[in-house]
Parts: sequence; structure tokens; C-alpha cells
Amino acid sequence: MTAFAAPTTETAVTEAVRAANSQNTAVQIIAGGTRGRIGSLRSGYECLDVSGVAGITRYEPGALTLEAKAGTPIVQIEAALDAENQMLAFEPMDHRTLLGTSGTPTIGGVVAANVSGPRRIQVGACRDSLLGARFVDGAGRILKNGGRVMKNVTGYDLVKLMAGSWGTLGVLSEVSLKVQAIPEAQATLLGQGLNIETAVQAMSAALGSPYDLTGAAFKSAGGEAMVRVEGLTESVAYRVQRMQSEMCKGWRVVEGSDSAALWQDVRDVVPFAGREGAVWRLSVKPSDAPALLEDLGHPDAICDWGGGLVWVLVDHAKDVRQVMTKRGGHATLVRANTSARSTVPVFHPDPAPIAAITKGLRAKFDPRGILNPGLMG
Amino acid sequence: MSTIEMPKPDRSVIDRKALIVDALCKVLPSDSVIFDEHETRAYECDGLTAYRCPPMVAVLPRTSQECSAAMRVCHEMNVTVVPRGAGTSLAGGALPTADCVILGTARLKDVLEVDYDNRIIRVQTGVTNLSVTGMVEDDGYFYAPDPSSQLACAIAGNIAMNSGGAHCLKYGVTTNNLLGVKMVMSDGEIVEIGGGAMDAPGLDLLGLICGSEGQLGIVTEATLRILPKPEGARPVLIGFDSAEAAGECVGNIIKSGVLPVAIEYMDRPCIRVVEKFAKAGYPLCEALLIVEVEGSEAEIADQLSRITKIARALNPVEVRVSESAEQSALIWKGRKSAFGAMGQINDYMCLDGTVPVSELPYTLKRIGELSKQHGLDVANVFHAGDGNMHPLILFDANEPGEQEKAEAFGFDILRTCVDVGGCLTGEHGVGVEKRDLMTYQFNADDLEGQMQVKDVFDPTWLLNPSKVFPLQVSAQRRAGRS
Repeated sequence: MTAFAAPTTETAVTEAVRAANSQNTAVQIIAGGTRGRIGSLRSGYECLDVSGVAGITRYEPGALTLEAKAGTPIVQIEAALDAENQMLAFEPMDHRTLLGTSGTPTIGGVVAANVSGPRRIQVGACRDSLLGARFVDGAGRILKNGGRVMKNVTGYDLVKLMAGSWGTLGVLSEVSLKVQAIPEAQATLLGQGLNIETAVQAMSAALGSPYDLTGAAFKSAGGEAMVRVEGLTESVAYRVQRMQSEMCKGWRVVEGSDSAALWQDVRDVVPFAGREGAVWRLSVKPSDAPALLEDLGHPDAICDWGGGLVWVLVDHAKDVRQVMTKRGGHATLVRANTSARSTVPVFHPDPAPIAAITKGLRAKFDPRGILNPGLMG
Repeated sequence: MSTIEMPKPDRSVIDRKALIVDALCKVLPSDSVIFDEHETRAYECDGLTAYRCPPMVAVLPRTSQECSAAMRVCHEMNVTVVPRGAGTSLAGGALPTADCVILGTARLKDVLEVDYDNRIIRVQTGVTNLSVTGMVEDDGYFYAPDPSSQLACAIAGNIAMNSGGAHCLKYGVTTNNLLGVKMVMSDGEIVEIGGGAMDAPGLDLLGLICGSEGQLGIVTEATLRILPKPEGARPVLIGFDSAEAAGECVGNIIKSGVLPVAIEYMDRPCIRVVEKFAKAGYPLCEALLIVEVEGSEAEIADQLSRITKIARALNPVEVRVSESAEQSALIWKGRKSAFGAMGQINDYMCLDGTVPVSELPYTLKRIGELSKQHGLDVANVFHAGDGNMHPLILFDANEPGEQEKAEAFGFDILRTCVDVGGCLTGEHGVGVEKRDLMTYQFNADDLEGQMQVKDVFDPTWLLNPSKVFPLQVSAQRRAGRS
């Protein structure tokens, strides 16, 4: 991989994309490079490094909004937020542990991949916190959409379209995000000796209660289920006590930083780090999770989002997507060896009419197909 | 009297009305096709009543297949289609043209699936917003987005406009609560996007469709998130002598980490009218906040005490914590009747810009100046927690020229919203009302990019073509149809 350009301003990104256009050069967009191993195997591209387009441009704690250039490291954003006792509510996963990558995750990478953590069940995904975006499309146009206000229905929501488009529609240059106060307290209830069936039942009962969970996960190894509540100190204590007398009888309480550490483990899929095998990310209806894991022969699994997000560790040769077809939902091959990545599509193939729309949108925003071609299939 | 232009109807389409009606009657039950001129009048306007035009035909399918069949006919015969939910749009999103077919969701009323294990409900989109909650509330659940029109408005329209409501501060707007759709494309093809899972594969087309004002397809079925009802909820009413103090109070509450489900704001002109109408016992002051929190009794008490502490530091003229269900109802009664009360004494135009919360005091001041400049009164009632303003411009519709004056005043307010870093519309949509201001918020490339999205979904611009984009900007594309 050779470096095609390393712009440090939006204007320079535009120039780089225009140059790529006129030379018909396919580029891979990269900033921190921590998620670069996700996606289909590709070759023959050059590297558009946007890590230099960085810096927080505006932060208004009282309005709960933060704007930053796309290459801004997450760690820098989190430090600025932390100083005001605020956070990115959607808890973006750090892929470095699971993928064995190094580098610095950036906000642009998080948005491009719509990376969202355990709190997805309560506050939504990255795309739900994304208020605005500026990007340079494949033709070199600078486009802006959304803004920096909480409610905005002015024109089409290209902001959502950009989130999770993996750089296939444009190079993000700046994003605007909704942030949230760090909860005063958090507590996790841990239940042991469960299986996927009893765990999903317990998590569903808790998620169906008024106790406003911000996490619900299950690890098949050890049969451990966990649910999290956050908020004002007394409220957390009250909800823990209620759940212990209702759907979480006999579950152990873990508080504060110990609780936070448990969720970071789930968020980053730490138990699968450094272990041999392919890692798939499955998005399903929570109630489908037990049957799905049975179909797969009960592999090692980490289930987040109350069972709706299932990470499985399987043999490289196993085509998980094939097995899950009848259940609905979708599968992404997040980590695999070269042979698996070159035989199985990494992203879930779209049904024909959706694929046609996707193709149409790409043709409009990247007419020459120079931005991350082949990444999403 | 009207200042918002609509394109001249296409004579060659109207001349083919009989053929078009015939073709529609062949694929739909006869009671689903409305073409008598007295009956089509029922569809001549939506909530933006200043603008009216009966459509050529209205069709009311009962299934996605019927909707697809109707769309296919319109596609083949090159007839524009204006989708319509319950017709409550305040932006003219469902305003017909004389050469169009209204495709209404009024008979798409089935609840297809209620799934508590996965906390979702699947409905046909003609059901009303409130009836979704009605379907699940006995089992302790609710559907969160709550536009003021929730008794009447349809989920189809909520999705088209990405509707919000007072409680969005905590629960988000429609797009944050929508998991899947079945949609009829402009050529009649039926597609499904998303479903019961928390995300869908590929590009986020669901996010793109939500809020696209019926221009990308007609959503006939929706999978929505339902949430467990909180144990309880209670508001506190806080009055201030200045907009600045109220604005500071809102900012301080938000920063404190207490997350109210709603922070509503009313100014003096609004309080005066509402008090006369609803007798809610509001203090007559410059700015009134209603802050509502949820949880168990103890949680509510804890949050309210934190909020009142923040408020008391800013010298409020009154802090009234609701102590009972009756008191809560009374506090909300005034706010909920604000639009109705205003309508009793005056014609009014309701705006919907959003500004950064930090810009609320300045924006209110500027609206006051503009009010003097335009010689029209204005009352403010809005969702302060997220900066979504609803200035109500008061005017006399029977007085020649007043409507135009009110519109000009409204445009100035919305430009101010954009100037301070906000936007033209927070939850009502662009429709025809804000269409001609789009160039103020977006440059030519931004608009071109959005129109290219429509080109992909609806290459011949049949769906709601005269909305969202200024007519001049979309002229070529619309002309390409004929």
C-alpha cells in the first residue's frame, strides 16, 4: 500500500479526491487504521490518509454538542468530554484488542463504521448521536448535511446514510455529535450458571421492566449474564434492589469502576482477543439468539443488546451466514484469516432491490468508484 | 392571497383523468378510488390550511399489494403521486396538485404483530400514533415519539416527516424508534428494509427514508420499538422574570446530568392567552418552564429536588412542584392547550425552527425585534431542552395582506435560526412551507446531493415532486417527466 495523499484540511481532501478521480486511482481511506482489517480483501488501491484532518472545532457542554474533524482521535474527544463530566453515550467499541491492530481510533472511523457499544439498547447507535456531517464525495464535492442541533428534519438525512457507509460514499471531514452527562453512578447485576435461553429470558424481563437498563449481555463461557443500570446514585440503588427481588434473584452486584470494566470487556469483545478462529458479528432479534446458537452448534458466544448482538468465535471455514439465513438478521465477518475473507463476503449481501438502490447511490456519490471500492462488496 | 407557488397542473394529465381512473379501478376495489369532484375536495389540504387544491384522484389502498398496484398504474401513466397519512402536516407535506393522485394510508389500519420479548410492534402505517401506544399500554408499554397531533396523525406521516414531540428529549424522534419498513417504490416494487434486529445490513437506507417526506417511497408497514412505561412521571413548573434566566436554567439542568423527559417553554404572550383559556394557574411572567421527570416516587423526588435547586439559584418568580396526578394534569393542561387557545383568539402560523440551546435567549430577543419590525404579535411555546422553537405568529387571515406579512415574518425568524447555527425545521418537515428557504440553509451542491438521492429512488420524480426543494431548483428534474 502506497500513500496517495495525506491532507490536513478539508480543501486538501477535495484536491486529493479530485486528483484520484482524474487519475482513476482507487483509494482506501484511512485515519487511525485500527479497523483496516475489516472488510473484503482488496488490492491495487492507494492510501488516502486523513488522520491529519483533526481537532475539536466546537464543544458546547451546555448544549450537549461537540464538533470535531474526522481524524480527531477518540481519546482526545473523550478527554475533552471527561473534563466536563460528559461522554459519547453510544460507547464506541475499540477494535484494537479484537483485531490485534495498533494505531489510534478516530471519530471519523467510528462514524464511518457506525460503531456502537452496549448502551445501544438505551441511547441508540452512533448514528443516533450523529447530528451533522461534512464530507467530500467521490467527485470531490464538499457536502454538508444535518447540523449541530438536537432536532433537525431539514432535507434528507444524509447524516444517517454516511454513518456506517464505510467511506464508500464520501470522505468524512467533520462530524457533529450529541453528547451526554456521565451518569453519577452505575451498577451491574451478575447472574451465574445461565444458558443462552435462560439468559435471554432474564434479559428480556429486565429490558421489559421500567428500570431503564443501559446494558444487557451474556457470555456463554461461564454462563454469565449481566445487566447494567446507570443514573443518579439513589435511583441506581433502588433499581438494583427492585431487580434483585424480581427477575435477577440471587444475582451479585458490582459497582463503579468494576462495573465499567465488565462492560468494556463486552464492548471490545475482549474474551475473543488473541484466540484462534473467525469472529462473526450477528444482528438478530433477541428471541432468535438461542435457536441460532443451537444451529451453530453452541460456539463460544458473547451476546450484547439483550441477545440482539451476537459475537461468535468459530472455525475459519465455518460459514455462519449460511446457517443463520432461515432465522433472519444479518452477519458480518469481522475477523478471519485470508482464505475465509477471500471466499465469504465480509458484509451481508443485500437482497436484489436493495442492492440496486445501494449501487445507484454509490454511482451518484462516487461515480468512478474510487472510494474504498470493494470494501462493502 | 398565497405566496407559496405550486407548479401549473399538467393539462395533458388531467385530460386523461377518465383513463387513469379506469386503470386504477381495474387494480383496486371500487370503493378505494375516489374521483368525484365533491369527494376529492376532502383531500384538498392538510394542516397548512392556507393552501388548498383538490387532487385529480385519491386512492385508499388496504394492503401493500394494493398500494403497489396503484403506484404501478401511476408509474405507467406518468402521473404524480402525493402520499398522505392523516393529513395533519403543518408544512403542507400532503398538499395536492390538480393533476396528482393522492395515495392515502387511511385504510392501512392493521396491527400485524406485537412482540414483547423483542419489544417491537409491527403495524400498517395508517394507524395513528396514539393508537400504537393504545395497543400496548395495558401491558405496560408505550411508543415514545409523541407529536402534539398524536391523536390524529398517522405513523406513515410520522415516518415521512421524522416527527418528534415533547418527550423526545429522552426518547428520541421517529428515526430513533424505527427498526424496519415495508415500502412501495415509485415503480410499484415492494421492498423491505430492516426488521426486528437493532440494525440492518448495508447502507442505512432506513435512516435515509425516515424524514424524506414521501419523496423516496410509500411506507406501508413499519416495525417500531416499544418501551416499558416508567413507574411514574411528575412535572415542576418554574417561572422566571427574564428569558435569559430561563435559558440559563435549561442549560444548567441539562449539564447537571439529570435527564428530564421534557423541558417545555412558554413566554408571556402565550401564558396570558393560555391562562384565560385553560385556567392552569400559571404565573404571568416572562418565561415559564415545565420540566418533567420520570421514575419511581423516590427517583422523581430526587430529580425534582435537584432541578428546583438549580432553578432557585436563578431567582425564579415561582417554583411549583406537582404533588399529585391532578396537579400534574393541570400543569400540562395549559401547555397542551396552547395551540388551541391561541386559535380561539387569533389566526396563527406555527413555526418550527431549531437553534442551539445556548442561542435560545438571543433568538427570543431577535424574534421580539422582528415582531416590532413586521407589526405582528408573536407568542412562543416550544421544546426548550432541544432548542426546537415554535413561535406562533398571530395575524388576521381575513385582512388582505396579513397572511403574506405573517409569512415574511416567519421567513425572517427561520433565517435567524439558521444564522445562529440552527435549522429551518426541527420536527414538522419542509413540505411547501419552508421549501423556498432551503437555499438559505444549503448551498447548490448540498441540494444537488439530496436530489440525486431522489433520482435513485424515484428516477422520474413522481413522488411528491413539488415539495422540499425550491421549484426552480427541481424544475429540470420535474420537467424531465413529461
